[in-house]
Amino acid sequence: MTAIVPTLAVADLAVGDRLPDLRYDVTATTVVLGALASRDWRPMHHDKDFAVERNGTRDIFLNTPNQAAWFERYITDWTGPYGRLGRVTFRMRGSVFPGDTMVLSGTVDAVETDDVGCGWVSLSIALSVDGDVKTTCTARVAVPVDADDNPWTRRGEGWRP
Amino acid sequence: MTTETAAAAGEEAALAEVRALVGVPQYEEEGEFPVERGYIWSSCASVENGNPLYWDDEVATRITDGPIAPPSMLSVWFRPHHWAPGRTTQALPLQIHFDLKARLGLPEAVMTDNTIVFHEPVRPGDVLRTRQVLRSVSDVKTTKLGVGRFWVIDVEYENQRRELVGVESYTGFGYRRVGGGSAGAAGDGAPGGAA
Repeated sequence: MTAIVPTLAVADLAVGDRLPDLRYDVTATTVVLGALASRDWRPMHHDKDFAVERNGTRDIFLNTPNQAAWFERYITDWTGPYGRLGRVTFRMRGSVFPGDTMVLSGTVDAVETDDVGCGWVSLSIALSVDGDVKTTCTARVAVPVDADDNPWTRRGEGWRP
Repeated sequence: MTTETAAAAGEEAALAEVRALVGVPQYEEEGEFPVERGYIWSSCASVENGNPLYWDDEVATRITDGPIAPPSMLSVWFRPHHWAPGRTTQALPLQIHFDLKARLGLPEAVMTDNTIVFHEPVRPGDVLRTRQVLRSVSDVKTTKLGVGRFWVIDVEYENQRRELVGVESYTGFGYRRVGGGSAGAAGDGAPGGAA
């Protein structure tokens, strides 16, 4: 049987906990691969001339759905596969270009168990380049309340994201 | 009636017309293809996401009762093909956003916030349906980008069993530039289309 680690549970978490930083060197391939994997055909994500001349940016840049995928990967690297996203909110402040080293960092804002017994952790996450925050993300993520719990089994009234 | 008062009356009429659509579902449509694992793996590869839920069927069976798609891929299943037989104009996701720009005469727009709420997991083979709902249009606001209006659009997604799988809420700002300034560094505009 495949081992599943890490698996965070509510008891493991506390307000103020920091998630491990994720650093990644962005290349043109990162941008183009992310755009095509998210079926985003817009030229500013693969055509540098278009991005520079029409968008006024210095290069092609990461698209929004791919940034969402980066945030999801960052969160579930930390929670393990039992972590289940309930709600995420993004605010875009600036673009991420080839040549940038992006850093995702996050902190725990709240830990709770709701009225139907589902464990939740609230996170604030920032995607930064050279210390300049490009995108902020808040996330509400379900995590097991104990070793027998699995948030993925919750449905209907038992799932309140 | 002066030119200015005629323009103001036209703006008021356009505003009343779009506000009448608040809460009204529009653009109900079915995805152009079933959810499939190739895109799931491409998406995971693009961000080096090694979550075993997406790569190991044994783990997926144990935890999620079979393979699922990463929740953050919700909008991917509704992005139109770049080309399709018989299509004469480019299909645009989030059409209400573009309707508002045109109807309110606001040539520029950016998306400021995007919230996604996830419900039933999306699974390979699902055929999703979506509809767009305008939630609000603000009074005139002035920001560093220009003068315009904020709007909130929800995109609701259901699977073929009519189960809600997610809701995306987009806050957009449509505007006219003041003094010829830049449209902003983000430049990402609408989440699925040039703004």
